[in-house]
Amino acid sequence: MPERLHIELGRRYRFAASHRLHSAHLSDDENCRVYGKCNNPYGHGHNYTVEVRFSGAIDQATGMIANLADLDAFVTERVIDPFDHRSLQEEVPAFRETVPTTENLCLEIFQRLQLFPNAKLESVRIEETSNNSFEYAGDKESQPSRGEQL
Amino acid sequence: MVYLTRKVEFAASHLYHNPALSAEENRRVFGKCNNPHGHGHNYTLEVTIAGEPDPVTGMVLDLKELKEILEREIMQRMDHRFLNYEVVELEGQIPTCENVARVIWNLLEPKIPQGRLHRVRLYESADLFADCYGNGARSAI
Repeated sequence: MPERLHIELGRRYRFAASHRLHSAHLSDDENCRVYGKCNNPYGHGHNYTVEVRFSGAIDQATGMIANLADLDAFVTERVIDPFDHRSLQEEVPAFRETVPTTENLCLEIFQRLQLFPNAKLESVRIEETSNNSFEYAGDKESQPSRGEQL
Repeated sequence: MVYLTRKVEFAASHLYHNPALSAEENRRVFGKCNNPHGHGHNYTLEVTIAGEPDPVTGMVLDLKELKEILEREIMQRMDHRFLNYEVVELEGQIPTCENVARVIWNLLEPKIPQGRLHRVRLYESADLFADCYGNGARSAI
């Protein structure tokens, strides 16, 4: 079939976690001013929704870019199990030094999921609440353009 | 450039089965989706058209027209149908979200009279969807 289509598979996952926004580079007063309620030393939590998109060729035998069972197992092992019902800054080593904002969470999850061997990770979009969402699609400047890839 | 998106919903049944694989392999690869009786979904289709607003009408594409195209090309073909057996464009293919999105792209792309088809997004459920873009490229949205 003479077509040049770019197809992506999108999947949504959920986890619940607590965090506290506090920067070691700021004084207590500054932390309080910058992060407000999010600086509460006891932390607080969110139900996070993670939407991921992967691209790749459709396998003619299965009709799929990636087998969902494989993808679900990978995401569960790399992201859901280590993050779900955890305190991000206390239990995820990446957030010991880095403030666990959802911006930084996008970067961390992108790093983990770009290792999925069966398809190319295009984007990680996280809804921290139904009103706030953040998306990271990789550092495009250091990647070949999509046109060159296909 | 302005992007206009129209959403429609249809319900259809399907099953995943590759005759080149053994019964056991089919069950292993496709799991519950290999049930020979099929199963169904409420699909949500989002069609995005890109273009400049017409200086007279202010529209990228008349939504009424797009609605009619979607009704004729997609709803009549797929709504309340068994995708494996009743949609000829899917013959010989596994009707996964990816393949159905691709078929929808190919059906719609030549029918858009104004602007151009930018993206087809097909949700099989709230947590699973496929996006299709033309020319091997997708833009910032």
